[in-house]
Amino acid sequence: MSTYASPTPTRWARFRDSYFLYSFKRTWSAQLCLAIFVSLVIIAFLAPWLAPTDPYDLRQIDILASELPPFWIAGADEMYMLGTDAQGRDLLSIILYGTRVSLIIGFGAVLLQALLGVTFGLLAGYLGGRVDALLMRLADIQLSFSTLMVAIVVGAIVKATLGSSFYSEYAVLMLILIIGLAEWPQYARTVRASVLAERSKEYVDAARVMGLGSRRIMFRHVLPNTLSPVFVISTVQIANAIISEAALSFLGLGMPETHPSLGSLIKSGFDYIQSGSWWITLIPGVVLVVLVLTINLLGDWVRDVMNPRLYKG
Amino acid sequence: MIAFLTKRLMHAILVMFVISVLAFAIQGNLGDPIQQMVGQSVPESEREALRERFGLNDPFHTQYLRFAANALQGDFGFSYFYREPALDVIARHLPATLELVFGATLIIVLLSVPIGVYSAIKPRSPISRFFMGVSIIGISVPVFLTAIVLIQIFSIGMTVSLFPQDTAWGSWLNGFLSTEGGMPSFGRGQDLTHMVGYWDSNLFTLGGLRHLALPSIALASIMLPLFIRLIRAEMQEVLQSEYVKFARAKGISLRRIYFVHALKNTLLPVITVGGVQIGTMVAYTILTETVFQWPGMGLMFIDAINRADIPLIVAYLMIVGVIFVVTNTLVDLVYGMVNPTVKLTGKPA
Repeated sequence: MSTYASPTPTRWARFRDSYFLYSFKRTWSAQLCLAIFVSLVIIAFLAPWLAPTDPYDLRQIDILASELPPFWIAGADEMYMLGTDAQGRDLLSIILYGTRVSLIIGFGAVLLQALLGVTFGLLAGYLGGRVDALLMRLADIQLSFSTLMVAIVVGAIVKATLGSSFYSEYAVLMLILIIGLAEWPQYARTVRASVLAERSKEYVDAARVMGLGSRRIMFRHVLPNTLSPVFVISTVQIANAIISEAALSFLGLGMPETHPSLGSLIKSGFDYIQSGSWWITLIPGVVLVVLVLTINLLGDWVRDVMNPRLYKG
Repeated sequence: MIAFLTKRLMHAILVMFVISVLAFAIQGNLGDPIQQMVGQSVPESEREALRERFGLNDPFHTQYLRFAANALQGDFGFSYFYREPALDVIARHLPATLELVFGATLIIVLLSVPIGVYSAIKPRSPISRFFMGVSIIGISVPVFLTAIVLIQIFSIGMTVSLFPQDTAWGSWLNGFLSTEGGMPSFGRGQDLTHMVGYWDSNLFTLGGLRHLALPSIALASIMLPLFIRLIRAEMQEVLQSEYVKFARAKGISLRRIYFVHALKNTLLPVITVGGVQIGTMVAYTILTETVFQWPGMGLMFIDAINRADIPLIVAYLMIVGVIFVVTNTLVDLVYGMVNPTVKLTGKPA
């Protein structure tokens, strides 16, 4: 791969010689986590081709085969490796599809948060004054309520306003919006802090003296220099978004059972835990934990490597 | 100090105003309360009369002013479901949540301080490494999943048959890993001690404490790793500082340095973060209470949402808003008192 001419050779060369890659090659835990995470992502996105059955297709569901245990427990059917859920859906297939849903929502929400947060943070930090006061006060208020709380409240209100059926039809979009709106202050604060540090540097003065407009200075000159903390918090934010999605789904404010994410699988399985079918809830739970854990460990490693002065708290 | 208090008070009032407008704005859009109150057979004319009687047809600002005036007197209207004042419903559910939070806080304080301090003093010991490893797993497990696992292990019980039963070690391991269960995992139980007013307590009988145990552990599990890591990081920083080195050079005993000199300054940032985390804690009580059917405010809120019980939802949001504003202000105040280097009024917004 390194011998191919890449469209931006200097950047690739910089990456190849960077401390980042050097550290990655020497940290086996980071390599392992990245390997697990990447394979989970690939498997989840190839779910339609890999999964033994299509859990969204009602014709492939056998209600008589419900609550079958996974293969290592007596009474298992070899057709269903991880057993079946209460509706007779193959647990392996539905977990693959559910992981895909969780990942889409997690990435989508973080993309939205980053978009909103970086823009607002940049504006607040660069323009200062009233814009700064207004945006940061808003962020303060929202953060003092904790992001999960905001997400739950907004989710509840949106669901009650639009009605259950509409909400579940557009649940993916709704969850991305809700989690995205709930967590933008994290980005805004991080970006604002580094913009404040960058703004007083000489290159910004130089650009201003050259007569460049505010917008150009903000997005072309200051923004690239504030991106490394953004990158660092992004890993943790993806993990947070996936957990928030699972929490909302668990409360019944997320993905519907016909189109489950990992969170709604855990929720629907929880109703059957008292009857002894623990696998319906715990196997998706293990997948969720592995997914979030690898992202968190990667995030820890990235933070150690890049070590930017992050906003604490 | 007075300037700071005034400023914080203005801030608090502004926040409460924003919350009240938001909380009220949802009233008009959230479901149809009349639908919830009356049956299918009630004719449209009577429904309209009811709407008129409850003032649901008035313009937005009239309704808001009426709402704000009533809210200031502690009147959030009648819960559509319970048919009693919303504030009373909340007051009845509040003790359960507070006891749950109390139990969780107790566990967090009792465990996070020793573990955090120990792993800061001896960062390379296997025990510290073990706790650090467990804590990052703890952060990655959502609270409702911890709760479900706790229910499976301690309430339902697990029969492990992973290892070969016919060998001695296999059957021993199976027996060792299997649990009997039997811990209560549903609600508060019957053994409640009546205190005053709406306050029935779980804390004074064995049966009550058994009911409280699993929910408290679940709620604590999500905060514990965060506090352990925070105390460890702050303690390590403090141990590098000049005055600790000086104290050591003076020959003060290590125990005194760690627990009197260093720990004091470690706890400063812990107070701030702890105050901020109260907000998160309230969110997690919603999840914990849903799993354990713990009859507190969180479960009441989720039920209220499902029943479109608007006065109750609004009252909950307002009460939670007050709790947040008050704790945040208190945390700032306490922080300013214990750390005189912080200039209260000069703090950037």
